[in-house]
Amino acid sequence: METTIEQTLPMDKIVDKSLKKTHTIEVNDAKVWYGDFMAIKGIDMVIKPNTVTSFIGPSGCGKSTFLRLFNRMNDYVDGFKMEGKIKVNGRNIYKDKVHVEELRKEIGMVFQKPNPFPKSIFENVAYGLKIQGIKDKKLINDRVEKALKQADLWEDVKDNLKKSALTLSGGQQQRLCIARTLAVEPSIILMDEPTSALDPISTSKIEDLIFELKEKYTIIIVTHNMQQASRISDYTAFFYLGNLIEFDKTKNIFTNPQKQQTENYITGRFG
Amino acid sequence: MKLKEKIIEILLKFCASITIFTTIGIIAVLLFESIAFFKNVSIVEFFTDTQWTPLFSEKHFGILSLVSGTFLTAAIAIIVALPIGLTIAIYLNMYAPKSFRKTLKPILEILAAIPTVVYGFFALTIVTPFLQNIYPDLETFNSLSAGLVMGIMIIPFISSLSEDALYAVPKSLKEASFGMGSTRFQTAIKVMVPAASSGIIVSVILAISRAIGETMIVAIAAGQQAQFSLDPTIPTQTITSYIVQVSMGDAPQGSIEYKTIFAAGLTLFLFTFLLNTISFWIKKKYQEKYE
Repeated sequence: METTIEQTLPMDKIVDKSLKKTHTIEVNDAKVWYGDFMAIKGIDMVIKPNTVTSFIGPSGCGKSTFLRLFNRMNDYVDGFKMEGKIKVNGRNIYKDKVHVEELRKEIGMVFQKPNPFPKSIFENVAYGLKIQGIKDKKLINDRVEKALKQADLWEDVKDNLKKSALTLSGGQQQRLCIARTLAVEPSIILMDEPTSALDPISTSKIEDLIFELKEKYTIIIVTHNMQQASRISDYTAFFYLGNLIEFDKTKNIFTNPQKQQTENYITGRFG
Repeated sequence: MKLKEKIIEILLKFCASITIFTTIGIIAVLLFESIAFFKNVSIVEFFTDTQWTPLFSEKHFGILSLVSGTFLTAAIAIIVALPIGLTIAIYLNMYAPKSFRKTLKPILEILAAIPTVVYGFFALTIVTPFLQNIYPDLETFNSLSAGLVMGIMIIPFISSLSEDALYAVPKSLKEASFGMGSTRFQTAIKVMVPAASSGIIVSVILAISRAIGETMIVAIAAGQQAQFSLDPTIPTQTITSYIVQVSMGDAPQGSIEYKTIFAAGLTLFLFTFLLNTISFWIKKKYQEKYE
């Protein structure tokens, strides 16, 4: 029944939510090498839609590398080699035919350090739309406003949209980067330690934001902060030396870990 | 031991001061001889007359005709060098594999190491005849071929310095752009080049400065006729090639012809000094931005 509705409606009329429910990530025996160094040693994982998943583990455990597999950001690293399957919405994204640029419009990314472009606040958020060739000014204005509101930044900047993004504070810059990602309406958002460069107040704002965004998006977040993982995520994955040690509901990982290594890490005995 | 250190220090200081004193000396000579020149020729004539004929019986001292030749050849050179140089910089930074970039960059810089007299001959004996096949009215000496060849010579200034500027753009910006689904080309044009714009402008200014000061190519290929004109097909004379002409000839020391080269030299110095100051100022501002 649902499929017929989707087929009869023009693409842009389809309500986001119904489509986005189908977006899952399925990883099948993923292995990654950088030259001779094996960074990911065969990982299977299924990430459910509209959830927040945290990746935790000590530095160098491969969690960032694993995250960056989902939007193929490792492709630019020298000596990068990958084996295994990663399916996003049922489609293997490491097949040659996949359009990397299209993939990245579907899977947005927020980085460790706020990295707004040296352009105005407006131009930053409109960037993704403009590179897609969208010229409709009204549509762009609407999307920019919507994205800034979603990122809880609209009230701060609505009178200064033409100001350089670099004049914002670190926390505002990071929310701007989130708005920039939201403006192209992705279904999955990857966050690579998005609060590690921010003060506690900015951090809690971003955390609140992640909680709200979960309704519409699937969020995967790499974090070094265990409290953060337990506060915001539904699922938590613990990585160690390129292996996925344990992956379960966050509550279970933090209250009743099945593996000794997980317990050692979350109780602060190493890492 | 202490005495030895002292002597070494004095020696080093002496070497360092040589360059400063030489510069001051050159500027002083330029100024004094130019002042002597302007006692004979009014500054108004110097800047408004459109003829420059100090070596003829009917003398005119309008520096504008030398300035127009200088800027015409330099402009042609930049029109050639800017698009090519910037394209190379973008290619090296965004597309070329790392190892290839490492080998290609020094090879390009060899272009700047070719003696300019070779370029001059290349312009006169190869480029001009070739262009005459296409456009037969082109004169044997012309600013077009001199400018074109000079453009090739200054490509490495632009490509190398612009690539340095692109390389200095934080990697996080590149990642942000790729992460938004931009292609390499979109990232280059919309993010990298604007972010590196001050460095790129500096590279262009330095290239212009180099082109304005270039002597051999224009002296050989552009001719020795000062003309107040922007026609690239006719012979012209630049400030530098005029100075060569007089220095090589037998203008008696102390004569007005002799003094003209100092006035011309001072004009040239002011141009290049101005350009270098602008680029220095932009560079300083740019460095502050990324700190």
